[in-house]
Amino acid sequence: MQHDPLHILLADDDEDDRLFFKDAFEEIKIKTVVHTVNDGLQLMNYLNMENALLPHVLFLDLNMPFKNGLECLYEIRNTEKLKDISIVIYSTSASEEDIEETFVKGANVYIKKPNDFLTLKKMLAHIITINWQYDTCGLNKENFLLSIQSQ
Amino acid sequence: MKLNIKYNINSLCKKILREQLDKMGLKYDLTTFGEVEIRQHFSVEEYKQLNTALSEYGIEIVESQKSVLVQKIKDVIIEMIYLEEKLPASKISHYLTEKLNHSYGYLANLFSEVTYTSIENFIILQKIELVKELIISEKLTLTEISIKLNYSSVAHLSNQFKKTTGLTPSMFQRIIEKRNRPAQ
Repeated sequence: MQHDPLHILLADDDEDDRLFFKDAFEEIKIKTVVHTVNDGLQLMNYLNMENALLPHVLFLDLNMPFKNGLECLYEIRNTEKLKDISIVIYSTSASEEDIEETFVKGANVYIKKPNDFLTLKKMLAHIITINWQYDTCGLNKENFLLSIQSQ
Repeated sequence: MKLNIKYNINSLCKKILREQLDKMGLKYDLTTFGEVEIRQHFSVEEYKQLNTALSEYGIEIVESQKSVLVQKIKDVIIEMIYLEEKLPASKISHYLTEKLNHSYGYLANLFSEVTYTSIENFIILQKIELVKELIISEKLTLTEISIKLNYSSVAHLSNQFKKTTGLTPSMFQRIIEKRNRPAQ
C-alpha cells in the first residue's frame, strides 16, 4: 500500500551501529528514509535548525559524546516544535531504574541493543509498525510506552 | 480590455487543499500530485466535511475501496471494545464477517496489506490502550478493568499487558505518575 516514507533519524556515535541500523531499515516492509548523526550536539543542532525536516521517529543511543541521550531526551521533550517525535532509546545495557528513568523523562520506546541482524530487523519492524498504528488511528502517543529487552 | 491568463493547476490545487485542510485543523502531508496523507485519526464526518468543502472548487476525493473497508474494520473493532459493556461472546471473526459482509480471510488479508499489522494484533493494541486509559483515570481497580474488558482473569490481563508493552501495569502506572509529578 503506497504511503509517504517515514522519516527516521538515528543518533549514534558508533559507525558500525549506524550501518547496521541503516541496513536493517532497508529490509522492512514499511518504507522509510533514514538519516544519521554522530553525537548529541549534532543531533540538537539538526533538530533546532529553522526549517529542519523533523523525523517521525528518532533512535537515540544513551551513550554519546558531547551530549548524552538523556540530556537530548530532556531537551527534546521540553521543546514545543519537537514534541510529536516518537523517541526510541537504546542502550547496550541498563538497570530497571535507568529504564524507568528514560520513560519518565519522556521516551516512548526502550530497547536493549541486540547483537544479531535478524533480531534487530524484527525489533525495528515491530517498533515502526506499532508507531504507525499510533499515527494512523489517533491514539494518545503519551501512552506509547514499549520496552523490549529479551532476545 | 482583454487579458491573457496562464494558470498553474498544480499550485492552484495545492493552495486550495492546504487552505481547506488547515481550516479543519488537520495534520497532513501533501505528497505527489493528487495525494494527501492525513497524519491523524480522520472520522467519516470529517471526510464528508472535507469532500463537501473541496467540491465547491470542483475537487473530489477519490475513494480507495480498500482504505474505506479497512477504516470500517477499525471502526467496528473500536466500537466493540469501547462501547459494549461486555465484549460479544461470539468470536471476533464472526462479528466482523456479519457486520461487514465479507469473508474473514478477505478482511484479514486486506487489513494487513493496508495497516502492516493483523486484525488480532490491532484488537490487542486497542484493548491495551483502553486498559492504559483506565489505569490512568484510577476509577477502576485492575480486577475491575479485567472484568470490564472480558479478560478471563487479572493475570490474563497483566500477561497480555506485559507481552504487549514490556511493562507490568503497575510499572506503567508508576511511570505516568512520576511524569506528572511536578519537577523537584
